[in-house]
Amino acid sequence: MNHYWFNEEHEMLRNVVRTFSEQEIRPKIRELDAREEFDREILQKMGEMGFLGVCIPARYGGAGMDYIALGIVSEMLEWGDTAFRETISVHVALNSLAILQWGTEEQKRRWLVPQARGEKIACYALTEPNAGSDVRGIQTRAVRQGDVYILNGEKMWITLADVADHFLVFAKTDPQAGHRGISAFLVERGAPGMKTGTIHGKLGARASNTGWIVFEDTPVPAENLLGQEGEGFKIAMSALDNGRYTVAAGATGVIRACLEESVAYAKQRTAFGQPIANFQLVQQKIALMQQRLDIATQLVYHAGWLKNQGIRNTRETSVAKWYATEAAFASANDAIQIHGAYGYSNEYNVERYLRNAKGAVIYEGTSEIHTLLQAQYALGYRKDKPLRRELPPYDPEEWTRED
Amino acid sequence: MKYIVLLKQTPDTAELPKITPEQALAGNEGVTKVMNPWDEYAVEEGIRLKERYGGETVAMSMGPEEVNEALKSALAMGCDRAVRLWDEAFEGSDVWGTALVLAKGIEKDGGADIVLTGKMSVDGNAGAVAHGVACKLGVSLLTQVAKIVEVTEETITVERLLDEGRETVVAPLPAVVSVVKEINEPRYPTFIRIRKASRAKIPVLSAADLGLSPEEVGASAAKVKWVNLEKPAPKKRQVVIIEGETPEEKAAKLLDYLMNVEKVI
Repeated sequence: MNHYWFNEEHEMLRNVVRTFSEQEIRPKIRELDAREEFDREILQKMGEMGFLGVCIPARYGGAGMDYIALGIVSEMLEWGDTAFRETISVHVALNSLAILQWGTEEQKRRWLVPQARGEKIACYALTEPNAGSDVRGIQTRAVRQGDVYILNGEKMWITLADVADHFLVFAKTDPQAGHRGISAFLVERGAPGMKTGTIHGKLGARASNTGWIVFEDTPVPAENLLGQEGEGFKIAMSALDNGRYTVAAGATGVIRACLEESVAYAKQRTAFGQPIANFQLVQQKIALMQQRLDIATQLVYHAGWLKNQGIRNTRETSVAKWYATEAAFASANDAIQIHGAYGYSNEYNVERYLRNAKGAVIYEGTSEIHTLLQAQYALGYRKDKPLRRELPPYDPEEWTRED
Repeated sequence: MKYIVLLKQTPDTAELPKITPEQALAGNEGVTKVMNPWDEYAVEEGIRLKERYGGETVAMSMGPEEVNEALKSALAMGCDRAVRLWDEAFEGSDVWGTALVLAKGIEKDGGADIVLTGKMSVDGNAGAVAHGVACKLGVSLLTQVAKIVEVTEETITVERLLDEGRETVVAPLPAVVSVVKEINEPRYPTFIRIRKASRAKIPVLSAADLGLSPEEVGASAAKVKWVNLEKPAPKKRQVVIIEGETPEEKAAKLLDYLMNVEKVI
């Protein structure tokens, strides 16, 4: 793929991740999806290859690649299946990058290094049974008692809840202070009073692990506070700038898969004595998929480029996520239509793409939230203020230093 | 110990059917190219030998700049360095000419204890480069190798895959070994290695560097030339439904059809 965002390293990475998805994910995915099973063997291989620290500096155990590489990994994993892109979203983008951005040197050594090496799996626990888009409405409490905070509350719809070793948990330290009363904590599995479980019966992303977490008087050492007390909302939102980027990139992979499989099917399936690819109404759907793929690619990797430069990209990432996830859902719908009755069965992949694509227009900011965000930016009602700690720009020398 | 892996860049097997005979004859296939799949097993074995016995594994290929992609894939898998052999004079070399260039490349690099390569390429399908290289170097040749049992200072013991089974043979080093896919499962490159390989500068050795004159290599020196290339005719398929009241009647009619109409039994 010749494109001005990508260099030789990116091209090699894209080919390797595509091969990985083709050889490790696609042959198993129909069964994993049907059984609602998360495959730890695939996760293990991802860890060994460096997926889990793709854009983390080498000195923190990562591969030392840039944020564009994070996008490519997300795109080509979700070309295989949404489940493993979701792993990257929570482990790398929402958790590890938040530690890279906000953590102390000690926290990076303790939490980030084993995560980047794939020795520990990490996730992000913000959403609650009664608080999704309304982040300031979370009810989990953290009360300081001497050297520890005591956590009580419940988290819901947490990707990798039953798989992760490390949890980035958001809780209220000052319930009267609205979003300024939220703080972020690094919590390890096994903490007293902490339980996790898996949610079954999802429409899509069934090979991913999604679950709940309960904290009952769970003590968390004060040194595990990420950032400052009351800074949790900003940490959560800045992490979403990275999480949404990987969701958008993954959605681009869904569009790519829909396009490739629709083209192959349309050329091979005949009706009325000729390949259905000859019919203009089929061509229209294929043309729209190509258009969506091109637009999503531009939006996603532009956001990745901004991250590399260290330029704030909340708006650009939001529009990329909003557009790409809607475009993936529309493309999967069109792909099923092209496949006809076969597309309606799980003999082909496209029905899975539709089920998977629906989740991403809901999580990490619903399309409605992104619509309002874009309007607020355009109307001048919303402006991004500088953060106390910004996501560090990609510096090749700094990222590849191994000491 | 030093191991040199000879590899080729070939069209992606998924794209092979798209190539026309005209494109193949012109040497311009116009499709995505990757490392010859058979050679991936050789690269993997070269890396495993280094891991078992220590030493250095070098990837080597003859070809224009685009071949760097396959060489960088070998580096990303774990080869220590790569060498590309290219000169316009090499263009149009047949198997024998290619083997000569590769043998000279190996000598120029200081020789090797074990030279590895895949059993054949998926485009040319000759499967004779290993033979040519062993001949030019005057060393042992082991083909169809499915397992390297042991390497000592002086010998290599391997299992060769035969139609009827396996045989174990010992040969003196140095040796040229061509491998089959049963030998291993090629590893995925790690991301750190991809990053490093993508930045690698791969040295290129020309005909002059290798001490070869233009008359010895390339199209003019080729002993075998392609004069024609054809794709097999597309297979004809038809469906015949054998009707009958009972399974016995259907079976009898099917037998009659196969013996007397199609004459296949």
